[in-house]
Amino acid sequence: MSSLECKNVSMTFLNPQSKTTVDALSDINFSLKKGELLAVLGPSGCGKTTLLNMIAGFLEPTKGNIFLGDEKITGPGLERGMVFQQGALFEWLSVEKNVDFGLRMKKKVSVEGNAALVEKWLDIVGLKGFGKTPIYQLSGGMQQRVALARCLINDPEVILMDEPLGALDALTREKMQSLILDLWKRTGKTVMIITHSVEEALLLGERLFVMAPRPGRIHKEYRLPFAEAGLSKSLREIKKEAEFSEVREEILSMIWDMEEEIMGLV
Amino acid sequence: MFEWLSDNRALVASIIIILCLLSFLVTVLIGLRANFIRPDKEVFGDPERTKGGWYWAICGISALLLIWFYFSWGVGRAYFPDAANEMCQVAKIEEAISPITASLPVNSRYYKSTSLVKRNIEQLDELAREIRLFDYAPDQQSQLLAVIKDIENILASLSNPAFLKAETQKEIDFISNELIFLAEKFDQEYLSFVISSDALLQDPWGTSDVEIPMLPQTKRGIMYDQMSLDVKSLSKRFLKLRHFPEISKVLIEETKEKLTDLKNGLDETSLDEVNQIKLAGFIKYTDRIFKRVDDGNIFPPGVLEEVTASSNYFLGQLDESKGTLALIDIFFLPGQGVVKSKTQCTEQGSARWLPKPTDVVAKFVVLANPNIEAGGGYKGFPLLWWEWVSIGNLVGFFVPDIFVDLLVENYSEHLESGTFEPNFYDKMLFFAQGELNLGYIPFPNGHIWDSLVRVIVAMFFGIILGVPLGIYMGISKFFKSFFDPLIELYRPVPPLAWAPLILTIFGIQDDGKIFLLFMVAFAIMVISARTGASGTQLSKIRASHSLGATNGQILRYVILPNALPEILTGVRISIGVCWGTLVAAEMLAGTTGVGFIENVARTVSDYELIWVTILIMGLLGLFFDIVMRILIARLIPWRGKG
Ligand SMILES: Nc1ncnc2c1ncn2[C@@H]1O[C@H](COP(=O)(O)OP(=O)(O)OP(=O)(O)O)[C@@H](O)[C@H]1O
Ligand SMILES: [Mg+2]
Repeated sequence: MSSLECKNVSMTFLNPQSKTTVDALSDINFSLKKGELLAVLGPSGCGKTTLLNMIAGFLEPTKGNIFLGDEKITGPGLERGMVFQQGALFEWLSVEKNVDFGLRMKKKVSVEGNAALVEKWLDIVGLKGFGKTPIYQLSGGMQQRVALARCLINDPEVILMDEPLGALDALTREKMQSLILDLWKRTGKTVMIITHSVEEALLLGERLFVMAPRPGRIHKEYRLPFAEAGLSKSLREIKKEAEFSEVREEILSMIWDMEEEIMGLV
Repeated sequence: MFEWLSDNRALVASIIIILCLLSFLVTVLIGLRANFIRPDKEVFGDPERTKGGWYWAICGISALLLIWFYFSWGVGRAYFPDAANEMCQVAKIEEAISPITASLPVNSRYYKSTSLVKRNIEQLDELAREIRLFDYAPDQQSQLLAVIKDIENILASLSNPAFLKAETQKEIDFISNELIFLAEKFDQEYLSFVISSDALLQDPWGTSDVEIPMLPQTKRGIMYDQMSLDVKSLSKRFLKLRHFPEISKVLIEETKEKLTDLKNGLDETSLDEVNQIKLAGFIKYTDRIFKRVDDGNIFPPGVLEEVTASSNYFLGQLDESKGTLALIDIFFLPGQGVVKSKTQCTEQGSARWLPKPTDVVAKFVVLANPNIEAGGGYKGFPLLWWEWVSIGNLVGFFVPDIFVDLLVENYSEHLESGTFEPNFYDKMLFFAQGELNLGYIPFPNGHIWDSLVRVIVAMFFGIILGVPLGIYMGISKFFKSFFDPLIELYRPVPPLAWAPLILTIFGIQDDGKIFLLFMVAFAIMVISARTGASGTQLSKIRASHSLGATNGQILRYVILPNALPEILTGVRISIGVCWGTLVAAEMLAGTTGVGFIENVARTVSDYELIWVTILIMGLLGLFFDIVMRILIARLIPWRGKG
């Protein structure tokens, strides 16, 4: 049972032009158990993407360490899959070639096995029959489904998502939220999802971090029942619940205060 | 079939012109009707408004063809095939009378005598002014001034009507009367003339090297032709006219002696070198003016008035007699009409440098004929054809000898018996040198093929070497910083500026041109591949890292395809630039290729050939571009849709 652990993680960026430093993150500590779903919320520029990129292994923390199980993270790896906001699919490949990209790079699985796996995952994300379609002919929502399938087919331990639904319209977004919850339940993976939408964070986050800027830190942590409930109930029902709106208001005013503070500082 | 078309090109042209005119009118009507039925309601500036409109395309092409036909005299030749021949006969008269009119204010402002006197007096005044300032040698100065005075006196004596000899006056009267007599003959009945069989056997207008047939092919033409002979003999008499009164002759002899004295006395002056040269200059200049007065046929004022009047009358009658021919000349043979020089009649104006469309096509068909013995091809080489090529030679061309040198341990040495036994490596060398007989295969050849091969080979190496370097420059600090200065140093130099150097180093054969084109293609490919590679979105790279791709795999499966649109755009651009550079390089040196043909055509002023090569190059350039556009649409359908 490998959990994701951040120990005293700090990140300082050096701006080479102005010779100033930015404390993107300072002294982050948390631990995420296998199978937990963490949503991260916070005002713009508080270091959410930076944190995710460090876990993915694209950035190295200036201080502290990140562990997956017992292993220290030193670079990108197959066990941590990424889903980006948009533009990370390969337009020159068809849907199925995008999905089995990771498998082809490994060259471990047989070609027939590949095809079957691709079929299975396309079915799961609801893109059955779209295997041969070129990427540029898909809608934004369909493209994000491909991105999910491409990530999941590699069977990673942790799935990292940076605003995966940010570019979608409200309706598609709701459908995709259900899909993410469904996949989480079905695969039992550890998931970390960054979002700008308070509602989305509440709906998806079994755990929820609200981050604060300057320096980037975890301001408040929640444990929420809505994700669990979302597996059986419709998301729209959940949104109507009194408890849901209560927490939402609380977090909204918290972020609002932070934004005011930033404005005041500037 | 083609021969018949070629010999009857006036007929062919007349049909094409009517078709063009019809299609022009019909498409204009269709276009106007389309606008009338469904007026352009879309907002002005909406690009949708450009869609459709094939009829305007046909309209434009017809208009262009019509303009081409018109200004190349194609219309004139199609409908008035005898016009040029008749104009040629008129041109003969104009040529015949030109010695007379050149002395008269017919096509100029002054009598030739007037111009001569005016110019000489002006120069003498100027000279006298300068000599007066030159007071280092008073003796010579006064002598020179005296000579100038003498020359002025000669001019005065020549211009005095009182000294005109009676016989000269009589000859002038005769010439002028004769001109009027001839002018009256334009009205004469010429229908009884018989066209000679020689004239009928001439090649029609424009079908042979002689542009316009010289012998008169119409009855009126015969009349003009005969008239030109009469005028010619009259011109000869006019040219024999001399006006040198005794008094002028005496003056001329005196002046000549004085000038000789001056020249001889030059060495005995005590002048320094600079002034000596100056004085010599004055003497020489004076001598030159004197000679001109001596040679020039200067007539007293008023003497030639009569001839002027009768010349004008004659030319007026000539114009009048032309009738419809004058209208054809003005409306269908734009430019300066037909001019006769010593040996031939030529088209003047736009038709001189703009060959008729039918002639260009005929020329192209002759060039495209692969049968060299029958006069096809150009300079003994077809335009585009095939030949049997030894496979051994082809292999030898593609496999460099050095490959065998790298393989070899030892080539064999000659034997004691005085013979040579090739070993395995020797045989490999034969192979690489193309000396092995491996049979023959058909292979393309010709001027166009040679040009194409040069571009294709250069593009091949440009892509093979340029794309990898460009991609590495897009992603690696070392490659970017190390190669950037090198490429940026040579790339901005216009390719043709390299040509003299490269062609001198590599020789005028294919190597030099291919290397020059390679330089062009290489720089463009490097830059486009680099732009493509460095434009890869970071999220794509990161995603592929997370998916477990190795660096090599990312290069091959992500960065390369991501750069493909830029690379293909680069290929399209560099083919265009290579094509342009090649033609120019072929003009500089070489013995085959489309540019070579055009260059030779230029040196012999073969306008038809020049236009044929221009059309060939345009069509091939268009062909390249269309191929590239299809390739781009096939290979990168996602472009602009990401
Ligand atoms: N490569 C970098 N160099 C310098 N500063 C950086 C760099 N990347 C991020 N930063 C700074 O670090 C801080 C956090 O950036 P980050 O992208 O993590 O914010 P975020 O929370 O993801 O914001 P958003 O919600 O707008 O995506 C910002 O102040 C940003 O200016
Ligand atoms: Mg971000």
